[in-house]
Order: sequence, then C-alpha cells, then structure tokens
Amino acid sequence: MASLIDMVAATAVTGLARLVTGVRGNWLGCAPDPRVRIYFANHNSHGDFVLIWTVLPPALRRTTRPVAGADYWLANGLRRFFGESVFRAVLIDRIAEKRQEDPIAVMAAALDSGSSLILFPEGTRNTGQEPLLPFKTGLYHLAKARSSVELVPVWIENLNRVMPKGEVVPIPLLCTVTFGAPLCISDNEDKSAFLDRAREALLALRRDQEDGR
Amino acid sequence: MTATEHSLALFAGVVGVLVIASTIGLILKHRYAASGPNAVIENLNSRIKAWWVMVFAVGIAFLFGKAGVIALFGFASFASLREFITLTATRRADHRALAIAFFAVLPLQYYLIWIEWYGLYSIFIPVYAFLLLPIVAALRGDPTAFMPRVAEVQWGLMICVFCLSHVPALLTLGIPGYEGRHLLLIAFLVIVVQSSDVLQYVWGKLLGRRKIAPDLSPSKTLEGLVGGVLSATLVGTALWWITPFSPWQAGAMSLIVTLMGFFGGLVMSAIKRDRGVKDWGQMIEGHGGMLDRLDSVVFAAPIFFHLTRYWWAA
Repeated sequence: MASLIDMVAATAVTGLARLVTGVRGNWLGCAPDPRVRIYFANHNSHGDFVLIWTVLPPALRRTTRPVAGADYWLANGLRRFFGESVFRAVLIDRIAEKRQEDPIAVMAAALDSGSSLILFPEGTRNTGQEPLLPFKTGLYHLAKARSSVELVPVWIENLNRVMPKGEVVPIPLLCTVTFGAPLCISDNEDKSAFLDRAREALLALRRDQEDGR
Repeated sequence: MTATEHSLALFAGVVGVLVIASTIGLILKHRYAASGPNAVIENLNSRIKAWWVMVFAVGIAFLFGKAGVIALFGFASFASLREFITLTATRRADHRALAIAFFAVLPLQYYLIWIEWYGLYSIFIPVYAFLLLPIVAALRGDPTAFMPRVAEVQWGLMICVFCLSHVPALLTLGIPGYEGRHLLLIAFLVIVVQSSDVLQYVWGKLLGRRKIAPDLSPSKTLEGLVGGVLSATLVGTALWWITPFSPWQAGAMSLIVTLMGFFGGLVMSAIKRDRGVKDWGQMIEGHGGMLDRLDSVVFAAPIFFHLTRYWWAA
C-alpha cells in the first residue's frame, strides 16, 4: 500500500513537472544506461532534481537518488514523506558540528548498494547572476572514495526563471536537462584541479546546449 | 446531408488524404533506403505521423462539441504561451504579471468564449490585460528594460491567447440557416490554413527557387507561396458545402486566410531568427513546437472570425 502511494505521488510529481516545464532530456555526451553513476548538476531551485528525475527512463529513476540536506527535508511531515518515501533522498547533515555520520561515507554506501546519485556540488541554491557558483569539496571526496564510478555533468536550463527563490506560483516555461560526457578522477589529480575540471565541464555543457537550440 | 453526415464525410476525406500521404512516405522511404538515411524523408514521415495524432486529437475534441473545442484550444494557447514566454527576456519582477497571464487571463478568455460574451472577450486582453499587467510589473519596482518586457508579455498574450481563441469563438456566431453546424466552420478554417502550410512545403520542395525572405526563413520560396496558396484556395473552394458561403465566397475566404497564414509564419520566423532558435519547441515531432504548427492559424483566425461575423452573422 505504502509503495502504491509512493508510486502515485512520484507520477503526480513528474506529471506536474512535465505540465509546467515541458521538460526534455537531451543525452548529448552519454546514453541513459543502467549503470551506477553520479549525476552532478547546477542548482537554482528545489525543483532541480525533480526535473532530472523526470527525464530519466523509469527503470533508471527507481535506482537514482538525490543527495539533499537533512535540515530541509526532515523539517515537516510533507517534506519528510516526499524526501524519504517518494524521492528516497540520501539525506546528509549540512551543518558540520551536528554531524553524526560522515556524509561521504553515507553517499559511498548508497553507491555500493547499487544506487546512482544526483548531486549539486554548489552546495546551495544559486540565486545570483553568475551561471555557476564555485564547487564545494564533497564531489572531490566522493570521487576519490569511489574512483571507478563515472561522473556525468548535467546542465538544467531555465528552471531559475520558472520558480525564483521566494515565489510561490511557478511560471510555465520550457526547460531542458542536458547530459554531458562522463568524467572520472585521475589517480594523482589534486582537489582544486579536479573541481575546476568538473565545473568547466558543466559550463561547457551550458554553451553546447545553447548552440544546439 | 445533415451536419453529422457532413462531419463524417469530411473526417473520412481527411483520413483518406493521410492514408495517401503515409503510403507515399513509405514508398519514398523504401525507394531511397539503399542510399542511406535521408533526413528530408525521415522528417516527412515524422510530420505525417504527427498529423495522424493531431487529426485524431481534433476529432476527439469535436466529439465533445463546444466543451471539447474550448478545452483543446485552451490547451494549445497554454502550450503556445509557454513556448513564447520561454524566448522572452523577462525578469524576476515580471513573475507576478506572468502568473496572472497564465493562470487568470488565459482561462478567463476561454471562459468568456464559453459563456459567449462577445462584448468582453473581444476586448478583454487588448484593453484590460494590456493595462493591468504593466501595473502589476511596475509595482515590483524594477525599471530595467521595462518597455520591451511589458511589450513581450502583451504580444505573447495577443498571439497565443487572444488570436488563437478566435477559433473556438467561431462557435458563438449566430449565422442564420447555419444552426448546429459551427464545428464545420472551424474544420474549414483549420483545414484550409493547414493544407496551405503543407502545400507550400510540398510546392517549395518540388519547385522552390526564389527565396522570399532568406534572412528570416530560408524555406519560404515564391514558388511555394504561389503554388501553396492557389492549391489551398482550390481546396477551400471545393469545401464550400460545409460552410455558410457560396463557392466563390469560400474561395475568397480561403485566399485571405492562406495569405494571412503565410505572413503569420513569416512574422513568427522573424522572432525565432532574432532569438537564434530554429523551432519554438519540440512538442510535435517533425514539426517543432505548438507555435510552429499554429503560427498560420493564429494570424488567420481573428480576420476569418470578423469577416464572417460582419457579412454572415445576424
């Protein structure tokens, strides 16, 4: 029964996302293969991972989990229901002092159990004019911990206009989700070099999807 | 014949044309299969496939009568406005005005057509929305590019909602001797305008040489225009029996709506060119977005509506 409700809720969420954004998945650099991956994307809105989730084929959707802040998703019953049951988010403590578990270990365990992850390496929603904020170090530490897992850059276009921070009603606008070529960490790549490379891959994807229109 | 028999005959005719088109598409595909994948033929076949879907969507809407047609065009307006606003340079300060455009103005316009209030639906967007939305935007206090922002939203509403809503508004016209047959008037407009689009494409592919506006739309040629408009006018003349018009009147109306349709396509191409996109969206495979398919209908519908109302409505 519970799983039926979860399924209905998931269908409602993806259906609503399609109605508002007419979202299209654009597999530019890789195919939607059923393998364990880390999808890392730009972050403008709470709807970001819903869009990624919506354009994934249903079989991949079932094994792909977003990484999200526990402080937000456990704040009330409704968020808890969506965060834990519908999206099956991997919840991590963003506040270092309150941490009981190492977030990298939590994410690595999810990968080990066969789930793919959706990660927003900017760490917080980008509400400014810059297209992409500097990356936090989590992506590097996770890539180091599971160096065989491929990292797929994902550019989400337009969602920042659909629902800017502080607005309640979403504006229907067409959004696209573009998947780039996977990258992996090299053996002796240092932290800032890797993070620069990953961030540059995401920005290059933004230019590619604009050229492709 | 009764209205139902007319509708069935018309539907059978349209399906017949699609069967012929699909057969030609299949033959072309097999004939050129040896020389590898052919982009033009593949696009042709996906266009024909999309036509099947669109004809059945319209057919189902017609089965539900006025409610079905208003729901269908209300949805088409929504999808068109979504494509249009996506290409505009609106800012955060426009958020509330846009929300009102999508969730209040659009449904209200179709509701006014549902209750057949001609006096209000014909001025609601040009007067009330035109004045109200800039006020809402101004209250947010961001003057950056204010005039283009306001103009873009207003024009989006005019094109995608006001003009398009004049197709179902045809149902509200009281034409003596044409009672209970208004759906056929919608079918006439849509068939003539869309067949003009298709025939312009066919004539253009077969004979097209002289480009009319290479900077706006490389696919529009003089040969396509003349061949398409003339042959679609013949189609419209031959369909006089489903309209309140005489054959020559049906021909004159067809000529006007096909020309409006052509220029509608040209205007909408100018916008796409300026924004650096090929299509408005990807909703309909082979065609592009909703607006790519409806640009001609948008420009033809209000003119067709008012000419019919002036000369034929009581």
